[in-house]
Amino acid sequence: MAVRPATLARPAPLAGRRSTLRGVLEREGVFSWLMLGPGVLFLLAFVAYPFFYGIFLSLEDRRVASPGIFVGLANFATLAHDAVFWQVTRNTFVYVAITTVLKLTGGLGMALVMNQAFRGRNLARAFLLLPFIVPTALSTIAWMWILDPTFSVVNWLLVRAGVIASGYSFLGNATLAMGSLIVVNTWRGMPFYGITLLAGLQTISSDLYEAAAIDGATSVQRFRYVTLPVIKPVLIIVTMFSVIFTFGDFQLIYALTHGGPANATHVFSTWAFDIGMLAGQLGMGAAVALAILPALAVLIVGLTFYLRRE
Amino acid sequence: MVAGRGLGSRALRLYLPLALFLVGMLFPFYWMLITSIKPNRELYNARIMPLIVHQPTLKHYVDLLYETNFLTWTYNTMLVAVVTTVVSVVLGTMMAYPLARMRFPGAAVVAIGVAATYLVPQPLLFIPMSDIINRLELGNTLTAVMLTYPTLLIPFCAWLLMGYFKSVPRELEDAARIDGASRLQAMTRIVLPLCTPGLLSAGIFAFTLAQNEFLYALIFLAKSDVRTVPVGAITELIRGDVFYWGQLMAAALLGSVPVAVIYSFFVEYYVAGLTAGSVKG
Repeated sequence: MAVRPATLARPAPLAGRRSTLRGVLEREGVFSWLMLGPGVLFLLAFVAYPFFYGIFLSLEDRRVASPGIFVGLANFATLAHDAVFWQVTRNTFVYVAITTVLKLTGGLGMALVMNQAFRGRNLARAFLLLPFIVPTALSTIAWMWILDPTFSVVNWLLVRAGVIASGYSFLGNATLAMGSLIVVNTWRGMPFYGITLLAGLQTISSDLYEAAAIDGATSVQRFRYVTLPVIKPVLIIVTMFSVIFTFGDFQLIYALTHGGPANATHVFSTWAFDIGMLAGQLGMGAAVALAILPALAVLIVGLTFYLRRE
Repeated sequence: MVAGRGLGSRALRLYLPLALFLVGMLFPFYWMLITSIKPNRELYNARIMPLIVHQPTLKHYVDLLYETNFLTWTYNTMLVAVVTTVVSVVLGTMMAYPLARMRFPGAAVVAIGVAATYLVPQPLLFIPMSDIINRLELGNTLTAVMLTYPTLLIPFCAWLLMGYFKSVPRELEDAARIDGASRLQAMTRIVLPLCTPGLLSAGIFAFTLAQNEFLYALIFLAKSDVRTVPVGAITELIRGDVFYWGQLMAAALLGSVPVAVIYSFFVEYYVAGLTAGSVKG
């Protein structure tokens, strides 16, 4: 945080203020901690405690409704020898990597299109953001029907256009199911990129573009040397945010494929749910969930410090 | 902007891509709408052209309202969203204010802690959380989600509001304090009114996040009469037989309405909230 230049302008303490109750409450440290207290206690109890309790659980053989037995790192050792675990790891990284590239490029395209002046731009922006604000589980229901094995509208269009003879089973085939998840996640997340990058683009003064145009810069060069450097911080923050949240994605996958067919679309969160909640193996489930921590920790620490620096 | 070369260039650079984006983003909603008003004989006949409705019907909506717990779910969802939004905006404000405007021991640690809690994803917490909720004997109560949703919302609200609070000039607050206002009065009478847009942004964002929450509701609410709309729709309306799609779409559409209405009134605040964090730097 920057040093405040205005310190000199602050009022001198009134005589006797520090001895009264009100005087004590007026001290910066006391007032601050009284205000922070409830929130900090709440977050300690319901975020910090569960987090460390989860680490503790992952070191136990713990079934629902029975006491846990400390097993050290045995859960992690079991996972390391489980082919499904490595498949889930691969699925998670494929899902995050491909959706991030698609959302980033699509969102940048959306922002560039929307950065032109036209009538009804605010309305268009409101509509474009809809996928992002509508509850994901509910919009995923629409996608389930769009991708239905028998009545898919996509199949109907492809067959009508003569591209294929009979319809695909989008959610029944391992590759197509992952592809479908990637499409739906991209659909949902692209507006977030688009609208935040648009806000970044709008901070660029048109003088810069005019100056570049006078110097004879082509539109590609203008993008490369004027647009990109200015929106780079926004681009980095939005991408890191999105990557962190995509790593933690649950409801879209749970609703659309349940991790199927045959684990082909399970990611850490859905697999941890199956093991911890459905099979009732809390210890093993906690271990699965923690397996994303190393990758996430790097991102979270990086982003936290990047944000503090800004 | 550099001048385009006539209408053709503008069509290529603006209208065509814009139309593609709009169609791509909005088609699923169109599909939701027309599926919800198609009679079953149109829905389950692959020979009928599916892109439009031939004989619209409201039967699926009637069935949804009379044969399922949809209204109870809607009530639960709204109650939980409103309570958690209010709690989170209040606690978020109380955290953001000193972090943005005061100097005190421990400020840096708390600020980093708030950012880190915002970024810790739910999948890391839900298994230990389910055990904690069980031990508190809060399973199948709305209290369970009212306690857990603010863990997602408070850090966000605090973090968003810090930016707004920092933007209010110190001098205003100092002037009030010289006139005898306490710190609390300076905050509630000077700074907070100036930050109304920020408070609105935080509230709208928290409300949409609360409506969107799925994982905790799925785990904690196993009985139909305490469920929220997303969980009720996914777990109860998807049944073994084929003839539920109309109802399901009606539920998806009606379930999206509260968020969409609030969003449409406050879209500027929503966008401001969305971009405040990432664009400020």
